[in-house]
Amino acid sequence: MLKLSLTQWIGAGVFFAAVFVVAPVTIAVLGRTDLFYTLTSVGLLAIASAGVWLTFYIGRINIGQGAFALLGAYVSAILVTKAGMSFWISLPIAGLFAAFVAVLIGLPILRLKGVYFAMITLVLTQVFTLTALALPITNGAKGITSIPLPGELSVLGLTLIPDFATLDNPRQAFYYTTAVLMVLTFAAMYRLVNSRLGHLCRSMQQNEELASSIGVNIAYIRIVIYAIASFFGGVGGAMFGSIAQSVYPSSFQVADSVNFMLNCFLGGLGYVFGPMLGTFVLYFGWDLLFEFGKYQMLIYSSVLIFLILVLPNGLLSLRLSKKRGQDK
Amino acid sequence: MSALLEINHVTKKFGGLTANNDITFSVHENEILSVIGPNGAGKSTLFKMISSFLPTTNGEVLFKGERISNLRPHIVARKGIVRTFQETTIFKSMTVRESIIVAQHLRAKASLAGYFWGTKTAHEDVESFGHYADDLIEFLGMSEIAGEQASNLPQGNLRALGIAIGLATDPKVLLLDEPFAGMNHDETMSMVDLVRKVRDEREVTVLLVEHDMSAVMKISDRIVVLNFGEMIAEGTPLEIQNDERVIEAYLGSADDEIGI
Ligand SMILES: Nc1ncnc2c1ncn2[C@@H]1O[C@H](COP(=O)(O)OP(=O)(O)O)[C@@H](O)[C@H]1O
Ligand SMILES: [Mg+2]
Repeated sequence: MLKLSLTQWIGAGVFFAAVFVVAPVTIAVLGRTDLFYTLTSVGLLAIASAGVWLTFYIGRINIGQGAFALLGAYVSAILVTKAGMSFWISLPIAGLFAAFVAVLIGLPILRLKGVYFAMITLVLTQVFTLTALALPITNGAKGITSIPLPGELSVLGLTLIPDFATLDNPRQAFYYTTAVLMVLTFAAMYRLVNSRLGHLCRSMQQNEELASSIGVNIAYIRIVIYAIASFFGGVGGAMFGSIAQSVYPSSFQVADSVNFMLNCFLGGLGYVFGPMLGTFVLYFGWDLLFEFGKYQMLIYSSVLIFLILVLPNGLLSLRLSKKRGQDK
Repeated sequence: MSALLEINHVTKKFGGLTANNDITFSVHENEILSVIGPNGAGKSTLFKMISSFLPTTNGEVLFKGERISNLRPHIVARKGIVRTFQETTIFKSMTVRESIIVAQHLRAKASLAGYFWGTKTAHEDVESFGHYADDLIEFLGMSEIAGEQASNLPQGNLRALGIAIGLATDPKVLLLDEPFAGMNHDETMSMVDLVRKVRDEREVTVLLVEHDMSAVMKISDRIVVLNFGEMIAEGTPLEIQNDERVIEAYLGSADDEIGI
């Protein structure tokens, strides 16, 4: 089905080994189980960033992914705490609900382009936060707390995932769950980008008028992509809520939405795996700069601006230009 | 000859400006019809209404008796009426071949989800897109630049690529807005031959807007003349060359000259 080159197979192999073997073993040896939590966060942020990347792919700057992460977190939290639903069922529902809301919001706003679309999405996160503060079902500023850990998932009596509450180290379980979700997300993204839908997205990114003149229903594809993008946001957010066992209106803020976008810029808008690398680098970059105290933000921003100026096509363009150099 | 496309009392107003006033003419199957007129006469506006890129203020456009105006562009494209753009409008970071493949969207049999999952129909589509693209590239004599990224092509090739993208949709009617702009005489003449070949061998009805009068006279079966939004003449190249209102319209404007 998927034709991968040898390099791609090796790349995938190294990636799987790093995620599923090297990282857990290293953490076990170091005894630093807190790193599970850190890496889980990176993985979930990467999933949400993947959605932002996808909206870039149809030529829209999306600074509103935090809104859908927040939405997903609340949907799952409410379903689990108020309806007693299994977390594993609430997770896809959270994603689908985010996608559904994205369709409603996208219908009017996806007509906008460039800075206009970006500005509207920038406001979205704030709107969702205020809504969460105002609604009774979200419990206002107090948020939803004491969310139980994910329970057992079994199919026909066969336990696929054990009850997290019975585990010695639920963090490790969250890590593996996130790793699997991240792999699925990026595999789906890779497939999508290399399928006809991806080609149509590229045609729209380059020229919407021309795309519609060759018969592409651009309004429809924009909505589909925005819905998929928001689905990723909703799933990422729901996972976060479950790990933190709580959701507040401030769980995802405008700054988070901006970061999702920066992750994509930094990793590279032309590369499916850009958001994953970007998230990783930005997350750890920020932590490393902790030493610098009050200068943390200044250095962080300067480095970011510098990187975007020097590498306008993102970190992954380094790898490609090197390859091209070798070919010559 | 039956009318394939009927432009019925079409009017377009932009605020106080009437860009097209009560235009009526028809286009027959398999003919090459040129719309000429000085700058600002309303030619591009007319093309945009025929392809539903702009709504009409009044009147309608019929294709095989069915209204195609005031719809959405992709729906009109689906019916087989495809426009190219006055400005060179292409997919910059695609190669010539990729552009032609993506432009075959309307020929797809599999659904978008089918492509995602890699169904049999999707595979067959992909294969057929490739063959069709290679045929079209050869037909258009673009084999040498098939692998070039569009943004690296010179102006003349870009125009040809714009037409190739339009042709890849397998249209019944192709609307070309100034397809020879920016070309030298030789390039223009070879494009004229190409457009005729497209009409003859692919059975495409062609409507075009063009300023190069020698090209227009050579290529057209019939000509429609617009001036300040009004249709002032319609006829064969010979009739148009001898039409007094046309000569007057062209002498009246500084930047255009009718080549007679
Ligand atoms: N979208 C628009 N809004 C307002 N005026 C327009 C618009 N498009 C075209 N016009 C005006 O309509 C007239 C006809 O334009 P156009 O159809 O582009 O002329 P042509 O293609 O014959 O040179 C011009 O005066 C132009 O300024
Ligand atoms: Mg024009």
